[in-house]
Amino acid sequence: MVDAVVVVSGAPSQETGPPEARKSRFNGWAWLVLPGLVFILAVFGWPLGEVVVRSFGGDGAVQNYGVFFDSPIYFRALNSTLITSASVTLSCLLIGYPYAYLMSQSRRTELLLAIVLLPIWTSFLVRTYAWQIWLQDTGVINSTLLRMGVIDEPLSLIRTNLGVVIGMTGILLPFAILPMFTVMRRIDRELVRAAENLGAKPRIAFRRIFVPLSLPGVYSGCLLVFVLALGFYIAPAILGGTSSPTLSTLIIDKVQRELDFHTASALGVTLLLIALVAVAIGSRVVRIRDVFGGGAP
Amino acid sequence: MNSDTRRRSTQLCLAIPAAFLLVAPTLVVVPMSFTASPLLSFPPTGFSTQWYGRLASDEAWRLATLTSLSVAIQATLLATSVGTLTAFGIARGRFPGKSLVQALVLSPAIVPIVLVAIGTFFAYGRVGLVGTPAGLVLAHGALAVPLVVVTVAASIETMDPRLDLAAASLGAGPFRTFFLVTLPLIRPGVLAGALLAFVTSWDELVVSLFLTTPVLRTLPVEMWTSVREQLDPTVAAASTMLVALSTAGLVIAYVIGLRQARRKS
Repeated sequence: MVDAVVVVSGAPSQETGPPEARKSRFNGWAWLVLPGLVFILAVFGWPLGEVVVRSFGGDGAVQNYGVFFDSPIYFRALNSTLITSASVTLSCLLIGYPYAYLMSQSRRTELLLAIVLLPIWTSFLVRTYAWQIWLQDTGVINSTLLRMGVIDEPLSLIRTNLGVVIGMTGILLPFAILPMFTVMRRIDRELVRAAENLGAKPRIAFRRIFVPLSLPGVYSGCLLVFVLALGFYIAPAILGGTSSPTLSTLIIDKVQRELDFHTASALGVTLLLIALVAVAIGSRVVRIRDVFGGGAP
Repeated sequence: MNSDTRRRSTQLCLAIPAAFLLVAPTLVVVPMSFTASPLLSFPPTGFSTQWYGRLASDEAWRLATLTSLSVAIQATLLATSVGTLTAFGIARGRFPGKSLVQALVLSPAIVPIVLVAIGTFFAYGRVGLVGTPAGLVLAHGALAVPLVVVTVAASIETMDPRLDLAAASLGAGPFRTFFLVTLPLIRPGVLAGALLAFVTSWDELVVSLFLTTPVLRTLPVEMWTSVREQLDPTVAAASTMLVALSTAGLVIAYVIGLRQARRKS
């Protein structure tokens, strides 16, 4: 992967310039990162530091992090967080890929893009409530099916993991579609056509030429969705059941109801470590700065 | 020809689930806001605009809207100015440890939001920032900085660096070059970053839950707490207003984009 930052900062004029300029590892523009760095460290780094410190405080790190072995609740929460994030990522990929493909091929790209962007501009919370309206026992799906006589009892779509996965997939879908679309749009269509001209069936040409070229977008989208899903609190709290809380709902419960800051911090640091591992794995195949750029065009 | 149409219809069919998931929330929120019944059940019964009336007359909703607006504007100004400077440092600066600095500045986009929420609660509580607009502005600003940095850095990198050199060689000082040449060239990037920053703050709930108090609530927090008590159609009305606002924003952005494109051609 070409690092554009390096390309720009190593502009050709400097290469041919005087030797001392070529040697210097520092230029005036560098000072401009200082305000941002200080700001982030002060208002963001410090709070994170507080969490890490607290995870070692109280009865000690062994006690705080040991909760995973003490009570099955925590282990189950860890499990359910990972499974939920993985299922949401998978369904975003499977559902989003064909849409992104259509966007990259269609002449109505702008309309299709507006459909993806509109939800981004609508609040997370509003969308989660809307999913509640769709999924609840008296909701759109259940009341329609009941009236049609397909079912006698409302399906339990809400307060279940299925509900959480459906809602989160709907909410995170734009973050999967946009990176895939960005990459697909740049794929030279002539390559696929060339394969077809050389005798490949359309399906083979798609699978052997288009899909591999679209992989960088797939990786970006999946990484973004997975990491965002890990920290989700609103959707599990509204759509999920109380029987299988995720790590994030447990953390907030610990702080707000039980005032158990140390266990909450240890759980928080665990969640952070999972996110960092995902990003570290992801950074082997994509440029992280491209992934977490907010997804908007 | 026949296989081509078949291929196209397969493409369309496969894209339907995504389109449904994207549009479904909006489809249901708007009709629900006009229901006459006090319960949020489907289909809505009767027609009434009473929930919009309540939204306008209720003191708590009005205050929350004003708080959200003021916090979002301040957080946007903060994040956009800090983020734009940082973007220059990252796009053009040369210094040891750059990738580490870049990772630190972008870290708010990677750290799970729950962790940010409890951390800010712990840290800001120590210095009395919990329950103040300043605390919200700082926290939201930090969350928005990465978005600004990435969008602005991208537009700096696509800008021709020779234009800066040209201005400098024609006698413009560094400040004149920056304000008269560089800044106008990267303005679309800065505006896009500012828009993202605004939406980030306007929509933020989890961190705000820990930094707000019953007397200082943002709009999402107000919605959250009122729904925890009961899910009533006022929320649908508030949501519809938000959808209308954002649609208007999108349309305005589109029209501005069209006009600029036309001016260029």
